[in-house]
Amino acid sequence: MSFWVMFRLLTYREGKKMSKQQQHWEKTRMLLFITLAIWFVFSIGIFFFGAEMEASSIRPLGYPLSYYMTCQGSLGIFVILIFWFANRQEKIDEEFGFTEREDD
Amino acid sequence: MFKGKFIDNLPKIYGTYTGGFLVFIILMAIAEQAGMSAKLIGIFFVAFTVLIYALIGYLSRTMQTDAYYVAGRQVPTVFNGMATAADWMSGASFVAMAGGIYFKGYGYMALLVGWTGGYVLVASLLAPYLRKFGCYTVPDFIGTRYGGNLARLSAVIVLTVASFTYVTAQINATGTIASVALDIPFNIAVYVGLASILMCSMLGGMRAVTWTQVAQYIVLIIAYLLPVFWISNKMGAGVFPHLMLADEVARIAELEAQFGLGEIKNSAADLKQVPKGLAGITKAHSEVNTTPWKFISLAICMMAGTASLPHVMMRYFTTPSVKAARRSVGWSLFFIFLLYSSAPMLATLSKLSLMDPNLATGIIGKSITEVQAIDWYQNWNQANLMFVSDFNGNGTLELNEFFMGGKAVVLATPEIAGLPYVISGLVAAGGMAAAMSTADGLVLAISNALSHDIYYKMINPKAETAKRLIVARVLLVLIGFAGATIAALEIQGILGSVIWAFDFAMSGLFFPLVLGVWWKRANAQGAVAGMLLGLISGTVYLVAVRNGYPGFWGVTQLTFGIIGSLVSLVSMVVVSLLTKAPDAATQRMVDEVRVPSGKTILGKQH
Repeated sequence: MSFWVMFRLLTYREGKKMSKQQQHWEKTRMLLFITLAIWFVFSIGIFFFGAEMEASSIRPLGYPLSYYMTCQGSLGIFVILIFWFANRQEKIDEEFGFTEREDD
Repeated sequence: MFKGKFIDNLPKIYGTYTGGFLVFIILMAIAEQAGMSAKLIGIFFVAFTVLIYALIGYLSRTMQTDAYYVAGRQVPTVFNGMATAADWMSGASFVAMAGGIYFKGYGYMALLVGWTGGYVLVASLLAPYLRKFGCYTVPDFIGTRYGGNLARLSAVIVLTVASFTYVTAQINATGTIASVALDIPFNIAVYVGLASILMCSMLGGMRAVTWTQVAQYIVLIIAYLLPVFWISNKMGAGVFPHLMLADEVARIAELEAQFGLGEIKNSAADLKQVPKGLAGITKAHSEVNTTPWKFISLAICMMAGTASLPHVMMRYFTTPSVKAARRSVGWSLFFIFLLYSSAPMLATLSKLSLMDPNLATGIIGKSITEVQAIDWYQNWNQANLMFVSDFNGNGTLELNEFFMGGKAVVLATPEIAGLPYVISGLVAAGGMAAAMSTADGLVLAISNALSHDIYYKMINPKAETAKRLIVARVLLVLIGFAGATIAALEIQGILGSVIWAFDFAMSGLFFPLVLGVWWKRANAQGAVAGMLLGLISGTVYLVAVRNGYPGFWGVTQLTFGIIGSLVSLVSMVVVSLLTKAPDAATQRMVDEVRVPSGKTILGKQH
């Protein structure tokens, strides 16, 4: 019971006290963390396992997986990731009314 | 033909330009059939394209500060993406990268990952916020966000060190290509290259550089992709090489084993005969041949360096809005991807052309005298980019008896694979475009920082527009000449100095830029400490390693940015926390930067 009250108090305070701008920044930061997490996996994470990727039976288009990821895989994922990120950020800006005027 | 404003007609104008360029290629091909000499074709290709860039540069002349510094902030998303791609892809990407992959295989492909992954950092951490700021230069952001001339000056120092290291390599590349294509000595060709670079940027600053860079991107991407597709089809390897070269990659591994790669070693005495700068294949093509940390540390440096190099960042100051800046990063990477995903394919095709005895072009296993009689071998041997020698005296050419310069992989492959010379001319024009566009961006980044941040903001804040722009142009020429003079000395290779530039930029600027947006508590003292200590520690480490210090954590002279940026981060955080928090006005400024709507922090003309 007391936990519930405390939880309510905490969330209530955060929800009310945060200005529109703070909420916007909170969401923007969240999006940044997700984007950077995906970026980390495909730019750094998988290359700890170069030898395992080479031995893997997953062979995109017939290339060894390690070779494929360095030539095309990761690169393509970065392109898609940036456009996805830009779309999400535009949605967040819209949600809080921070979109630029079109005649800018 | 083109009614209305220039900006509204961009697709039509560049569409016509691309069509015109393709017609030019066809005309050259016809001329070659009619008997025009290879030399003349090379001259036509380089001279014609350079003249077009100079014409664009002249048409974009301006006497307005916002046009000179940020192209009037009206460059549409996709075109800014193309311009950034040209700005970004230098002689190192165009001429040297495929060569690096050819010799070193997987270990080298860390550059592909690093030079693309960095754009995720640019898009998410920096570009949109710096665009909202409304600055003219990167030090302009540092100087205003942190306040004070010391922060501004420190940023200018880091920018100059990094960009200048980079620009000498690019002027070197333009000189190399101009000397080969126009058949003039290198130390004169360097100044020919410089003159063409300055013609593009001097009269119109950023505006001129933007529109020439778009034109240069079109030339360089055609020049890179056409041979890759052509060779692949000619060899019967596949219509779409990127998706269909798996068998060829496997075939190379087979041949490497057959020819005893890595088993037969050259003696030191043998290697002494090989001209400087040439190398043989010593690493397997597609095998994982490096430790994970070596691969990852190089990728990290290239990524953080991407996000700190001012000549890239300032391209995103030219878009009409914050939203456009963000999308523009995606387009930039897409256009870069087109070339980067082709580089390993070119290396594969080049290697197979030379190695496979089943192909008419294969030379390994042929008799030495036969190889020495081949036309293209003689040409490139004369240019000091190819060498064979019968070390074991058996009369046939072994894998370890063939040596090539890194540049030759891109420049000579069309000839080796038996394509008409017109393609080689096209490739030379492409390499020239790549090196020129990057050199322009860099020279402009340095001279803008000196003229705007040092001259106008620190020395003479009352200077009139006309005077500011004259100072900017004089500095541009001076820096260009300084770069060319150093390039003429040929101190180090293209790829090495480009990688250093990334490490310098990362050491001094990465954290001061990122924390300027993402950490409100960061203050001027912290930023100055971060920039200077980062740059100094990185440089000290580099010099130490160059002089025989073994280094630690496996950090080499190619990855010294890791040390520099760590020192930069720690000193910036510690000093910021020990000194006073930024005042309320600065905090409000950071809040303003974080939302896209509303006015920019700095006015349109400042």
